[in-house]
Amino acid sequence: MSRPRRAYLIAVLFLLVALLSGALAGAADLRPLDTISALLSRIPFLPVHSGLSPVNDAVLFQIRLPRVVLGALVGALLALAGAGYQGVFRNPLVDAGLLGSSAGAGLGATIAIVYLGGSGGAAVPTAAFAGALAGVAVAYAAGAASGAGTANLLLAGLAVGMFLTAVQTYLLQRSTQDLQQVYSWLLGSLSAASWHQALQILPYFCVSLLMILPHGRHLDVLSVGDQEARALGSQPARIRLLVVAGCSLAAATAVAVGGLIGFVGIIVPHAVRRLAGTSYRAVLPLSVLFGAGFLVLADTLARTALAPAELPIGVVTALIGSPVFVWILRATRAVRT
Amino acid sequence: MTSNTETWAPGHGPDVPALIVDRLSATLDGSPVLHSVSCGVASGGWLAVIGPNGAGKSTLLRALSGLIPYQGTVIVHGRDAAALSRRELSRRIAYVPQNPTFPPDMTVAEYVLLGRTPHLAYLAAPGHADRRAADEAMELLVLAGFAGRRLATLSGGERQRAVLARALTQRARLLLLDEPTTALDLGHQQQALDLVDRLRRDQGLTVVTTLHDLTAAGQYAERMILLDRGSVAASGTPTVVLTEERVTAVYRARVSVTTDREGRPVVTPLRGSVG
Repeated sequence: MSRPRRAYLIAVLFLLVALLSGALAGAADLRPLDTISALLSRIPFLPVHSGLSPVNDAVLFQIRLPRVVLGALVGALLALAGAGYQGVFRNPLVDAGLLGSSAGAGLGATIAIVYLGGSGGAAVPTAAFAGALAGVAVAYAAGAASGAGTANLLLAGLAVGMFLTAVQTYLLQRSTQDLQQVYSWLLGSLSAASWHQALQILPYFCVSLLMILPHGRHLDVLSVGDQEARALGSQPARIRLLVVAGCSLAAATAVAVGGLIGFVGIIVPHAVRRLAGTSYRAVLPLSVLFGAGFLVLADTLARTALAPAELPIGVVTALIGSPVFVWILRATRAVRT
Repeated sequence: MTSNTETWAPGHGPDVPALIVDRLSATLDGSPVLHSVSCGVASGGWLAVIGPNGAGKSTLLRALSGLIPYQGTVIVHGRDAAALSRRELSRRIAYVPQNPTFPPDMTVAEYVLLGRTPHLAYLAAPGHADRRAADEAMELLVLAGFAGRRLATLSGGERQRAVLARALTQRARLLLLDEPTTALDLGHQQQALDLVDRLRRDQGLTVVTTLHDLTAAGQYAERMILLDRGSVAASGTPTVVLTEERVTAVYRARVSVTTDREGRPVVTPLRGSVG
């Protein structure tokens, strides 16, 4: 079996296991076999009857499953945005939150919470989404104004991000009563998940995928540098703009419903590279599958480890992510030398 | 067979020059680098661009490849290069820079396949025909056993063959090579230039190279242009261009120019630089 094909098989199995464990694990005590029969009973023409009581049936289909689905969507977006940014910037350490999107989302959410008071909760996703896109737009404009090239864009993103974070900190210092709410948002959570929310982000999810996934081959061409890419007939500036736009939409969508969830955009594409090689034609779609599975597993851990209390999902991804990341760095260095 | 002209696509006939450059000027970061350079290459020919450091050799190649803006006219196989799209130009001209970028973890097969870029529609993936073109190029450059190797594991000579295979996969009739022998030892320099010469004859390619080694340039090239501070100081056959006075004046180097058994110039640097 070829290397990418084996990787796809592993990715699909991983995602299925993650989805199933997300559906089976939780605070409410649902028996696994009953849960599986409940899931199968929803498949048309399959003569299986749900083994769950109506209450537990509601727990499964109205609480757990929407959260699992939302986690999968958000994880896929974060991992894909990270992989896409890494291709555009030819830098494997770039995260989905780069280019001012995390800082912009943080500022947007903070403004909504601080200035809209109690009613701000409903506006937080919209404000975070708008803030993320505005942050990227400013960073991109600043980077483009200081000349072509990816280094300028990265530096501009860094500068814009620091500026927006400073503004956010200032706002928070002035209204410390909102600290708790902003802080818990910053750590990320999927606890407000609903089918409505999952449906809401579905169009953005689809558009992001359609914008990024066709560019795998083009990102491979960019890896030889702009000059050679152009000599090969490619148009790096146009590809960079399209992929950055797609990744920013993906990151903004993820941050709007999940808050700031770090590390997914770095560790998932890295793990994928070790499994399937560095070609973005494989890295992009595999990041979607592995990112979805990874975040579902992380969220399952976040809501079951200290049940009935919940860990912030950002804490879980960082707790798993940091050691894995260090291991990847060590392993990569070992290969190089 | 009465005539073989029908086997040539329009503008690709043996009588149509592969490249005509007319009064080309170029500016880099505000300072003029090339002043009204004119030259040409017959189809199937080899033109060497020589001149001291900073004379504008690389800039000329990059302008011809459409990588930097220029004034003047460049005609490629009968078509005005300025009127061609980026992809159309890349289907006609393959360009290899002096220090190509080799993504360390990319395999040789993936790297060579990048040469198909100008032939693929925006959303298309490489198909069987593209893979076959890449395989043929790897076969020609004795890289067939290297397909799965990471670029980081290749030697300098193997990398040079990989980048040439990528250029061949592009299926462009005009090959622009910027210092194709840098970073190669004497034997590998000779192998690389012999290889380019063989490809030129067997595949009917036209070759333009910049070269620092004037003797090597004289061995392989049929025509030369000597650039001096952005202008053409001399052009013609190697024997005409490579004279002692001219090389001494332009390179500010003490040299003796003799001829080998086949009458080609041999440039030997002598001790004691020109004051």
